[in-house]
Amino acid sequence: MTVLSGQGLHGPGANPWRGLPQAVLAIVVVVIGARFAPAQGYYLNILMQAATYAIGVLGLVIVLGYCGQISIAQAAFFGIGAYAVALGTVDFHINFFVALFIGVALSGLCGLILGLGTLRLGGHYLGMITISFQQILTLVLTNWIEFTHGPDGVRNVARPMLFGFSFDDGNTYLALILAAAVMVTLFVWRLKASRLGRAMQAVRDNELAASTSGINVYGTKVVAFGISAVLGAIGGGLFAGGFRYISPDQFSFGESIVLLTMALLGGVTSPFGALVGTVSLVLLPEWLRFLKQVYLAVYGASVILIMVFLPDGLWGFVDNRMRRRVKPVTGDVPPLPLLAQSGEATEEPVLVVEELAKHFGGLKAVDGVSLTVRRGTVHALIGPNGSGKTTFINVVTGLYEATGGKITFVGRDITTLAPHNRNRAGLARTYQNIRVFRGMTVLENVMIGAERQGNDVAHDPQAVVARALAALDFVEMRGDAHRLVGDLSYGHQRYVEIARALASSPHTLLLDEPAAGLNLTEKVELGNLLKRLKGHGLTIMIIDHDMNLVEQVADHITVLNFGKRIADGKPQDVLSHPDVIAAYLGEPRKHEAA
Amino acid sequence: MSDFLQLVFQGLGIGAIYALVSLGFVLLIRAASVVNFGQGEFSMLGAYLLVVFFNILGINYFFGIGLSVIIMAGFGLIFAYATYWPLRFRGGLPVIISTIGASIFLQNMVLWIYGPSTVPIDGLFDSDGFQIGEVFISSQYLAIIVIAAALVLLQYVIFEKTLLGKKLQATSQDKEMASLLGIPVVIMIMITFAYSAALGGLAGILVAPILFVSVGMAGIITLKAFAANIIGGYGSIPGAILGGLALGIAETLGANYISVPYKDAFAFLMLLAFLMVRPQGLFGEKISEKA
Repeated sequence: MTVLSGQGLHGPGANPWRGLPQAVLAIVVVVIGARFAPAQGYYLNILMQAATYAIGVLGLVIVLGYCGQISIAQAAFFGIGAYAVALGTVDFHINFFVALFIGVALSGLCGLILGLGTLRLGGHYLGMITISFQQILTLVLTNWIEFTHGPDGVRNVARPMLFGFSFDDGNTYLALILAAAVMVTLFVWRLKASRLGRAMQAVRDNELAASTSGINVYGTKVVAFGISAVLGAIGGGLFAGGFRYISPDQFSFGESIVLLTMALLGGVTSPFGALVGTVSLVLLPEWLRFLKQVYLAVYGASVILIMVFLPDGLWGFVDNRMRRRVKPVTGDVPPLPLLAQSGEATEEPVLVVEELAKHFGGLKAVDGVSLTVRRGTVHALIGPNGSGKTTFINVVTGLYEATGGKITFVGRDITTLAPHNRNRAGLARTYQNIRVFRGMTVLENVMIGAERQGNDVAHDPQAVVARALAALDFVEMRGDAHRLVGDLSYGHQRYVEIARALASSPHTLLLDEPAAGLNLTEKVELGNLLKRLKGHGLTIMIIDHDMNLVEQVADHITVLNFGKRIADGKPQDVLSHPDVIAAYLGEPRKHEAA
Repeated sequence: MSDFLQLVFQGLGIGAIYALVSLGFVLLIRAASVVNFGQGEFSMLGAYLLVVFFNILGINYFFGIGLSVIIMAGFGLIFAYATYWPLRFRGGLPVIISTIGASIFLQNMVLWIYGPSTVPIDGLFDSDGFQIGEVFISSQYLAIIVIAAALVLLQYVIFEKTLLGKKLQATSQDKEMASLLGIPVVIMIMITFAYSAALGGLAGILVAPILFVSVGMAGIITLKAFAANIIGGYGSIPGAILGGLALGIAETLGANYISVPYKDAFAFLMLLAFLMVRPQGLFGEKISEKA
């Protein structure tokens, strides 16, 4: 195992303290620099604005960049933090940090409620609800004059005292917020390579595959949005202390758009991109000042140009050019424990499906199908196009709700379980039209499988990496561990998907038409892979059209036609069954048969 | 009671405007999967065009309207070319962001040219309106309702009874299949952009004598179109119309009986309520992704 801790394993969760010395150093440098820099007045303000906005923009990196959810209310959360600090210190005379904490808690709570209400639905709903939240907040800040001071805003916001040390001086306060910005940046950076961060990116890249890889999609989105709301409020609270005067128009819809643009301009999938974007857009209006009134129009036009010409943002542009080829990971890993969960007994039922039905309106896609998958066997599910095979798999893995029937998996009724909980119970699958996490590396994709809750290695980051590499070894893809999955060929993406499922040490692996879209050579390779899996005794259920492949590997075959089971048994019996031949080759005409 | 009827009538008038804008908004979602954050800018530009033609150049009012609507249709094509075309294969988010960029650009260009003050403009008729019982029927509101109803009817006829309409519908349902059947999908999408912009422009022109013409009208109208769209059912055409009407009435009643400063909040509260309780809206379908 020690062989693994080298530089090859950089990034994903290897060492929680990695980067700490640099972080401390960065904070010290920033603090000293800010404290003794001659920045005053105008420049001080620019720096304060950049640092506090950056914290808010980093929140967007999490919700939009990592998790792929559109939030158009970051200025509102920023505003909640700012008003909490302003009203708290001015009207209620409470401690700065207590007021900041109240604002952060309130903002997080709002984020949680909005997220819980909408994130179960598709992507644009969060965008819509955040717009309304933004508008309502602006109306309240402007009109609830007794409490918020209305359009006049709040003056003389206090700066904090901590253990008798005053941050009242501009440079001292700047040091405080810069230190906060550095810490938040590091947090967001570390998050990306953490288990939660990977889950977010998986949700962004492919929600369905994330859910059948054991990720609670809804929960992950809510957490991402909650964290972004919290960061927004922290940025806003520090902003209020910095400028000592706030008013509702500083937290309007337009400002939310500005924050969003900062994130996109810099590159929304990286915290460093967020910093670049924030600093650029804080400075850009200053540089464009000679344009007078047109500068916002130029700004709007540049947003379009950025989207068209710099899809990954400024940082993405630089990063793509700087990316060196990372060396393949060397070193030994323990072999993939395919039989880890299987215990002693073989041939005992693992997956028992009874009278399963799935109706779409009047269409009975799956109509009372029963079958039993036994431990250590390869069970094939075949049938003509439209016979209900894929629907069957989708109901078994929980993507569709069953209309009727019962599914028992390792002795447990899973009929109503959510997809991620079925995966956590040990049911892994692949998809006919490959579903990988395209924005992530091969290794990260497979790590998502390895760290499924309930897997034996899930709680040890080192072991997760080792397990993922073992799975990649098994499909002979280890050399590509650090490549982006999106850059691989179709056939190799299929292997990554299989490796992701294998790394989760499943009780049963469901393969939905693994040979679909593969060329002849790739099909032969796939056949060999399946034979190796079979040799290790993994329980597999495979759907395929390729009779050659099915005959080679299957121990047991179930045939579906028009949603009903028409045959079930040993391969030689099933394939010579007259109904099966009729389903595949057509019914012989009556008079010819006679 | 007469108060109430009066308010419902006004609400219907404003609602008809929201319905028209929302209709253009929905058509873009259906044809090109574009969530257009610049929809309100179409209305703003339409209104400013009429200001130029009528207030400044002194062209005949109705001729000016016709000219403005035609220019807006052309503008819809430019808009599509700038915001949608280069990003059309990159998924929903980049296009959304670029329409946001376009919205900022257009608002500030207009602000730069015309300044921040609101411009009053004449209504369609010389007479203010007439009295039926205790309800005063304003001619502008009445005209808005009648024109909106006529447009909806016309659109229905075009969509259901003509080949062009069938092609547009086919495009919105399945672009790949439509193009395999020989339907020029790109042209259909461009027609939708042009129509959507013209519809938005006309809505802006009709509401201009009531709200006056200003840069600020754009943002509010966009947001109301969103709200109407969710209330009616995301991507639903009848939903967009009824959602717009419902929103107009609720907002007018709310402003009168509850609070004027929070008038714009009612739309968003309704939106929040719908998203939480009935996210598919009045007419929407449940959304699910195919595995």
